[in-house]
Amino acid sequence: MTDEAAQPEFQDDARTALYDWHVEKGARMVDFAGWQMPIQYASIVQEHEATRKNVTLFDVSHMGRLRFNGEGAASLLDRLLTRSVKDMQVGQVRYSLICNHDGGILDDVLVYHLETPSGSRYFLLVVNASNRDKIVNWIEAQWPDQAAVELCDRTLETSMLAIQGPNAIETVAPLLNINVAEMKYFRARVTHQMNKPCIVSRTGYTGEDGVELIIRGDQTNHILQNILAAGRQFEISPAGLGARDTLRLESAMPLYGHELDEQTNPLEAGLGFAVTWVDGEGNTREFIGSEALAEVKAQGLQRQRIGLVMDGRRAAREGYGVLAEGQEIGTITSGTFSPTLQQPVAMAYVPHQFANPGQSLEVDIRGKLIPATVSSLPFYKRT
Amino acid sequence: MNAEELLYCDTHEWVFVSEQDGQKIATVGISAFAVEQLTDLVYMELPAVGAAVTAGEEFGEVESVKAVSPLYSPVSGTVTEVNEGLPDNLDILNTDPYESGWIMKVNVSEELPESLLDHATYQRQCGEAS
Repeated sequence: MTDEAAQPEFQDDARTALYDWHVEKGARMVDFAGWQMPIQYASIVQEHEATRKNVTLFDVSHMGRLRFNGEGAASLLDRLLTRSVKDMQVGQVRYSLICNHDGGILDDVLVYHLETPSGSRYFLLVVNASNRDKIVNWIEAQWPDQAAVELCDRTLETSMLAIQGPNAIETVAPLLNINVAEMKYFRARVTHQMNKPCIVSRTGYTGEDGVELIIRGDQTNHILQNILAAGRQFEISPAGLGARDTLRLESAMPLYGHELDEQTNPLEAGLGFAVTWVDGEGNTREFIGSEALAEVKAQGLQRQRIGLVMDGRRAAREGYGVLAEGQEIGTITSGTFSPTLQQPVAMAYVPHQFANPGQSLEVDIRGKLIPATVSSLPFYKRT
Repeated sequence: MNAEELLYCDTHEWVFVSEQDGQKIATVGISAFAVEQLTDLVYMELPAVGAAVTAGEEFGEVESVKAVSPLYSPVSGTVTEVNEGLPDNLDILNTDPYESGWIMKVNVSEELPESLLDHATYQRQCGEAS
């Protein structure tokens, strides 16, 4: 995996298998991490509300899908990930971070432990599109024993579709030969679609119930039509990256490049749940970044991720200053007008003494100081 | 107002100039194309009555769920009136951008810039942009 021919191929305008369908549906296509992706089909707000109240379909094929085969896969990933991997049962999915040696976040990922119908077990890492190149290179550089692990970048051969919303499970259930309604959240199974493997996971990035399907690239359009037919009773509609962003923001899920970067550690990001300090046998886990993070933990946090609800209707956007008593104390990492709350919401990093819910702060919105209140996260939680 | 009788900035504002008591009064708004491109409008910042505006310079802003866009004045002069009800009812811009969706009226102090586009030219430009 270190020779050049095996490096993943990157294009500036990669297209998913559904590119033509997006265009046909009137989507506005934008470049996102080198992929031509639909930002919205008509209205972000309508796509957002359809996801909260009904069911929508997202093409998330730009996400990186890295498969790890071999006996050494669990050990390798356990050393790379802040969350323990060795104790994962087949069918489990975990949210985790990949840190550098300083404890800075290289990426946030989902790791799946899966078993093929023929009984061979493997791990799958779903990484951010913008980090795929970096993560593949990072992993190869950390490789302890090349013989025991095989890494396959499956991104270009497969597609990934997210069906999200309160009617998502009922939409996909008739299409799948497993009982998806009985699957718990953050569980995954390998099943079949048209005699080819299909990974079904009860996951998503919207704060709603739903599934994500990983399917063969050449079957994507066919499976899409099946999903649309099954979802017709709910008037299923496509949703783009614009709604994906407002949905994840309301649910306070961090987005790499905004809330997370190499200068940010998991603890200040409020992602301590994704750090496993002690393994199942009671031993201190050693993973890349663990020493640095232990030090952060011992010394206390310099700053932390907070939610802000703004007065008025102007959204605090990424990069805007956050002030307390006239002094700049932090920066907005993302913000939008929340369609659900009908108020602008944002996330930011501020020193811990300003991080308590109810704290009054101000945001510098293009030269005007607008009052904002620290809010507990998430802004929205499904009932 | 009839969209075909208006002049347009390449930044998607429209302007209609009429004579009132010997004064040139410009009514300014944003085009249907702009509204369609922006989508999901949530906020508009109007200029103050009495404020001076300059052709080609920012006089306010409009914000959608996705982003903030500056509004550029097609003319130079003094703001005499603003559509105060508009920010609370931005939906008007979807249905009636050239009449009840007007944004401000300006007492024009200088000749109109030559860069303003007629409807046909503006439409052609929008066609190329989309």
